[in-house]
Amino acid sequence: MSTFIEIAFLVLMLGSAMCLYRIGRGPSAPDRTVAIDILGTLVVGFCCLMALWTGQGYYINIAIAWALLSFIGTLALAKYLEGRTYDA
Amino acid sequence: MLETLAWIVVGVGLAFDLFGCLGLVRLPDVYNRAQAATKCVTLGTCMMLIGVVLWAFAQPSAPVAMAVKAILCTAFILLTSPVGAHAVVRGAYLSGVPLWDGSVEDAFVDRARAIRDAQTTEGAADREKA
Repeated sequence: MSTFIEIAFLVLMLGSAMCLYRIGRGPSAPDRTVAIDILGTLVVGFCCLMALWTGQGYYINIAIAWALLSFIGTLALAKYLEGRTYDA
Repeated sequence: MLETLAWIVVGVGLAFDLFGCLGLVRLPDVYNRAQAATKCVTLGTCMMLIGVVLWAFAQPSAPVAMAVKAILCTAFILLTSPVGAHAVVRGAYLSGVPLWDGSVEDAFVDRARAIRDAQTTEGAADREKA
């Protein structure tokens, strides 16, 4: 099963690379914000894979904390975007 | 048996994650990207967490704490990820990011204009007070 987990890590890294492409390239600020949100959710997936790989439960704690902080950060960025006009 | 099911669920979740990120790269404007990526990645990550739950119950030591925390995390992501995406897209619309040329309907345009007018009149009243 370790081969499966290695392939799974590669798949998630490919997804993260796509998110980073959108963060760097994204024509507007909301594009980048959406990509940051998605990247935060992908990190939770990485924590799941680490938990499966090592068999340790505490990686799930990291996943919960990361999901919380990612949500708060996304909401803060969204409120910031609302009061701001479009400047590419 | 249960462990095989866990690996299958994790694999399907990974596929959803990958296709969601593909949507983030390939789709034309921020609204399409946000909805495709948020739905796929939320479901994919929740399936991976459910795979962790199944895997935990398949172990002879059965780490129940791990399973319960994974269920909590699943519920949390299912609640918060759509809310965050909705807030970001609302902020994108109110800050004036244009829709894609091929969009056929814009149901939020009147409401958004009302919100903007309310903001500007409130701002004007505040400025007069000050």
